[in-house]
Parts: sequence; structure tokens; C-alpha cells
Amino acid sequence: MTLVMVLVAGVLSSCGTYLLLGRQLSRVVIGIGMLGHAVNILLVLSGGDGGRPPFDGDDPAGFADPLPHAFVLTSIVISFGVISFLLALAYRSWQVTGNDEVEDDVEDRRVATHGQGGAE
Amino acid sequence: MNALIGLPIILPLLGAAASIALGAHRPLQRLISIGVLATLTATTAVTLVRVDRNGITAVQVGGWEAPTGISLVADRLSVVLLLTALVTLFAVLVYAVGQGSFDQPGSEARHVGFHPLYLILTAGVSFAFLTGDLFNLFVAFEVMLMASYALLTLGGRADQVRSGMTYVVISLIASTLFLAALAYVYAATGTVNMADLHDKIAALPAGLRSSLAVLLIVVFGIKAAIFPLFFWLPDSYPTAPTAITAVFAGLLTKIGVYTMIRTQTVMFTPATRPGTLLLVVAGATMVVGVLGAVAQNEIKRLLSFHIVSQIGYMVMGLGLFTVAGVAGAIIFTVHQILVKTSLFLVGGIIEEKAGTGRLARLGGLARTEPLLAVLFLLPALSLAGIPPLSGFVGKLALVDAGLDDRAYVVVGVSLVVSLLTLYSMTKIWAGAFWGTRSEGASDLPPAKGTTGTAIMTSATAALVSVTVAIAVFAGPLHELSTRAAADLVDPTPYIEAVLGR
Amino acid sequence: MRRSLIFDSTVRLVFDLAMVLSAYMLFAGHNQPGGGFVGGLVAGAAIALRFLMGDLRDVIGVVRFKPWTPLAVGLALAAGTSIWTVATGSEPLDHGAREFDVWGIGAVKVTTATVFDAGVYCIVVGLVLMILEAFADEIEPADDGEPGEVRR
Repeated sequence: MTLVMVLVAGVLSSCGTYLLLGRQLSRVVIGIGMLGHAVNILLVLSGGDGGRPPFDGDDPAGFADPLPHAFVLTSIVISFGVISFLLALAYRSWQVTGNDEVEDDVEDRRVATHGQGGAE
Repeated sequence: MNALIGLPIILPLLGAAASIALGAHRPLQRLISIGVLATLTATTAVTLVRVDRNGITAVQVGGWEAPTGISLVADRLSVVLLLTALVTLFAVLVYAVGQGSFDQPGSEARHVGFHPLYLILTAGVSFAFLTGDLFNLFVAFEVMLMASYALLTLGGRADQVRSGMTYVVISLIASTLFLAALAYVYAATGTVNMADLHDKIAALPAGLRSSLAVLLIVVFGIKAAIFPLFFWLPDSYPTAPTAITAVFAGLLTKIGVYTMIRTQTVMFTPATRPGTLLLVVAGATMVVGVLGAVAQNEIKRLLSFHIVSQIGYMVMGLGLFTVAGVAGAIIFTVHQILVKTSLFLVGGIIEEKAGTGRLARLGGLARTEPLLAVLFLLPALSLAGIPPLSGFVGKLALVDAGLDDRAYVVVGVSLVVSLLTLYSMTKIWAGAFWGTRSEGASDLPPAKGTTGTAIMTSATAALVSVTVAIAVFAGPLHELSTRAAADLVDPTPYIEAVLGR
Repeated sequence: MRRSLIFDSTVRLVFDLAMVLSAYMLFAGHNQPGGGFVGGLVAGAAIALRFLMGDLRDVIGVVRFKPWTPLAVGLALAAGTSIWTVATGSEPLDHGAREFDVWGIGAVKVTTATVFDAGVYCIVVGLVLMILEAFADEIEPADDGEPGEVRR
């Protein structure tokens, strides 16, 4: 069970990384979401073996560790906020520039080309 | 009285709630923000005196005991930096209110959201300094970053959206890595309380221990913009309105440095700290940052590269892992927060008055704006480390510590980088303050002498005088940071205070 | 824009039920699955459905206030519970519980955590409203020529 979860986390994070490397903002957003899920699974796994319910019965030895679940919940809350902001930003970017690509830094390019022509 | 420690987190949040509710009344919003920050600066000064006198103070949130519950810890390091941060935030807020009279996209006057977001940013910054456990550090970062994302893109111009996107994505990747590091730490030790982790990490196998240390360095290194993780910074900071860039430049990267100092000292035992790695990174950061700065032709971008370069000095102090080294890093961080913020504020006033920040189109400001010239010259010379200004105090402490520790290479690099820093500061000075206005500048609006600029100038002047005060009170500050560093290099008092042993 | 009759009537039915469910989750959250965030998300999803059904004016018509009002109220409630305990001399965010005997319902246990959760609930609802407003603002003056604009 744990091995399956580890594999899921691995696949999710590799897909997420691949999507992040693209220049399309919508892919970047999805990639970020996937990476987030991968890490959340990792966090759940950090609580030990799966399959046990948190707080059931009287014997603490039978509980799953509740703390990672609290971590995951918090991180989901945070990624909910961040991803909705990111979507809004991507949407705004599409509105302003008319396409879905990450733009280059204009000033950076100016400095780079300037350097080839010698000092100021 | 210990409850005062939680105040810098709760009060700004309440202020933000009130500020949102009063959205339509700008004067009231300003009053709330200024009131909150003034109160916090005062209470934090009190806390600093108390903590320095009585030792480290810990508060357990909700009354749950330490390894289980959430601890807020005020030690000398966190309170000194918190006080510096609040002073900076206060000065920049006043500056932003002054700048509000100009009609700029993203400026304070145009957006209902500015004040609430600024207060939430304050809460996040305070939380990051005060929290005693790793997971809440993550939460604090997120609170701070959420506010910063929104502040950076207020106005929604095309270049803001572009650079905001880079910033958000990079920060998100850092946060994701942070969560992964948290998962590993928790899986290995079963706790996220930093004081508790000190002993538990020491018991882990060496390979696991160093991979945790390096993962944390990468996470905080992205936030602090160390080499080779700095590339996002000069791209994203300069596009925001000046007041916001100033806060980001002065504060947010330094919080990365603070967390690096905190985690590497408190969580890891002396034998397992990655000293050499940090020294190499420090040297590379200094050199690459300053070379990038030398190449730039625009004030804000030049200063942005300097942020990177100066981060190297702080990492160098940390990398030595001696009391003198860490003390030097602390003094240098305090000095940097103030100096870098005031330089950006001066750069903003120049842009406001001359209509551009491009060095080629500026000139002759020393004659027309002598006060501005002085306000620029003091922090600029301080940044380059000219005695007797605050930068000299910080660099002297670092170089001294480096020589004690026989780290000659990194000391040599830091001295050469100082010279280059001076060179690039001269570039701004010669470009903006000396000479005459270049051709093409005549179509710019003439210098405006409104109350807005007066407020901006006085806020900057206040911040510059604080940096001068650091140089004057260098002795007491050095003693204070040495005491702070002693508690970090051997974190036993910290652990005892948090775990209540 | 064409409105679908089936979708419309389903949403009308589901909306009220979802709101009741979200309120239940908010109060059950202390000891059972649920809580402020989950409750808020359910309410947010219901509002989003309403948004899909009609438009922003429809949503604003349902909730009858500006999106930042719940945000402010929520933040004040959540921060207020922590500063209240500080003011009364205990640790920040300390718990307090009190049982009331409400006629006809029985014993009702009110905790400070419920107040905090209510704050979180309001923040989430406010956030969802703000997102909808941010997206809808630009959709409203629909340029017909723009590709990919109005496809609903």
C-alpha cells in the first residue's frame, strides 16, 4: 500500500515537473497543482503506514498519526488560495498579452545585447 | 506579559479586518495601518529589552505543551530582526502614503487592497520571525507570500503580471520543496518543533542528516536568493511600485536568511553543520551578484542585483558557524534591511522627480536636489562598507570572524566584492547626481515639490538616520548580537526555554 | 448565452441543500469531519454553481453584500478569538467551552473553536466571491471578436 502511494507521489511529481518546464501558463498552473498533490501524498506517508483510522477506539497504538493529516489539510487550504490567485494571474496575463506564454524579461535582454556592443 | 509576544501576529490581522471593512475611507485605513505599526514597534522594543534581560521567552499557543503544540519563541535574534523589520515597514508605509498622491498604477491611493495586504504581510513577517516550529514557518511564509503576490501585481500592468508570474511560480516551487522537506523531517523524527528536532536529528544516520540540511538550504536559499538560486529576483522585484519593491528588497530575502540561520543552528548539532558548502555558496553569491549589478543601467535593477551580492555576506557569517561569524551575520542583516530599503526609497524619489530610473537619462541631481544626494550617499557608502558607517561595522565583524576561522579565501573574495560594490554605487552617483541632464530628458516633467514628496523624503530621511544610529551604537549592537549568536551556536538555552526543561 | 433549463432547476434545488450542508459541517467540525474550511468550500462550490448557472449579478443578488464583507468579518472573528484569550490572561488561541441549555433543542456546547471556524468559513466564502468577481469583471463586456472568450 505504502509503495503504491510512493509511486503515485513519484509519478505526480515527475509529471508536474515536466509541465512546469513548458512555457504555457496553463500547463505551469496544472504542473504546480500536480506537484502540490505529490507533496501532500508524501506528507500523508510521513505519518507511517496507511489504512488505520485516526481516533478510533481507546488504544492509541491503533491510531493513525493525526498530525500529518493536519499538515495536509493546511497545505491544501494554502494551495487552494495560491492556485486560484495563479489562475487569476494567468487569466490577466492572457488578457494583457493575448497569449498563454511566459514572456521574457525585456530589460534583461537589453542589458545582454548592450554588453556585446561595449561599455556605455 | 508574555502574551505580548503574540501581538505582532494578531494585531495586524485585526487591523487588516478593520481595514477591509473601512475600504471606502482611505484616511481611516491609513490611520489604522500607521497605528498598528507604531504600536507594534513600541511593544517589540519593550520585548527586546525584556528578552535581552530575562533570556529567551516562549509562549505555547492554545496552552498545548511544546513538542505537541505550537510554540512562539522570542529570542534575541528573532526580536532584533523583528524590531528592524517593523521599523522598516513603518517607514515604508509612511513613504507609500506620501507616494499615494502620485497617480501610479499599484500605488497606495489607487487600491483599496493596499492597506489590508500590507498588514497581512506584516503579520506574516512577524509570524516567520516568532514561530518555533517548522510547519508554522511554512504557514508564515505562505501568509507573507500570498500578501506579497497580491502587492506585487496590484495594478495588473503587463510587466507586473509577467514578473509576478515568475515570482509566484518560483515561490510556489520553493514552498513545495519546503513541504517535501517537512514530510521527510517528520517521517524521520516524528516532530516538527525546531527545539525538539535538535536532539532527534542528531540521532539520525549521517547521510539522511546532511540531505535534510541541504534540502532546507535549497528551500530557504530560493527565498534568500543565494547562488545559484537567485535568478528570479532581479527579474521580478523592479517592476512593482517603489514602496513595495523596497519592502521586498529589504525584508523578504532577509527572512530567507533568518530562517537559514535559525534552522541550520538550532536544528543541527555543531558537528553536522554544512559549513564549507555555505562558504562556497557565499563567495559565489557575492561575486555573481556584484558582477550582475555592474552590468545594469537602471537604478532599481542595479540595486536588485546588489541584494543578491549582499546576501552572500550573511551566508558567509553563517557558514563560519562561530559565535563571531554568526554575530557578524546578524549585524549585517540588520544593517542590510535598513540600508537596502532606504536606497530603494531614494531610487523611487529619483524616479518620481525625474520621471525615469535609467542612468543614461538622469544627471545633475546633486545640484538640484542636494538633500536627496545626501540621502543616497549615506546608505550607498554604507553598503560599500566605508567607515564609519553601518556597513563597515558589519563587514568588519564578518572579516574579523573569517580571519579568526582561517577562511582566507572567502574573506579575500568579500573584500574584492566590496570594491566592486563601491564601483557600482559610483556608477549610480555619477549617472544620476553628477553631470548634466542628458538629451532626451527635456521632455520629462519638471521636479515636483508637493507635500507627497516631502512625506516621502522625510520617511527616507528617518530610515537613513536609523542606519547612521546603527554605526553610532555599533558597540552595544555588537554585544547584543554576540549574545544572540552564542545562543544559536550552542542552542541549549533555546531548547530549554521551548521545551521547558 | 443560452441557459439550460435542466441545469438551472437542478442548481436551484442543490444550492439550498448545499448551503444547509455547509452550515452543518461548520458546526459538526469540532468533533466530526467538517469544520470551517470544508464548510466554506461547500458553500463556495454552491455559489460557484450559481455563478455557472447565471452570472455574477445573480450571485451578488443571492448573497446581497460585497465580497470583501465576509472576508473582513471572518478575519476579525478568527483574529478576535485569539486576542480575546490573550486579553483574558491565558495563552493565545486557548480553548474555552460553555454549555447552554436552549429550550426545545437541549444542551448546546459553544466553544471558541466554533467561533474561529465561523471566521474561517466566512473567509473562504469571501475568497470564492472575490475570485468570481475578479474573473467575471472582465467577462461581462464580452468582445465578440476575441477568440476563446465566451464559450459557455
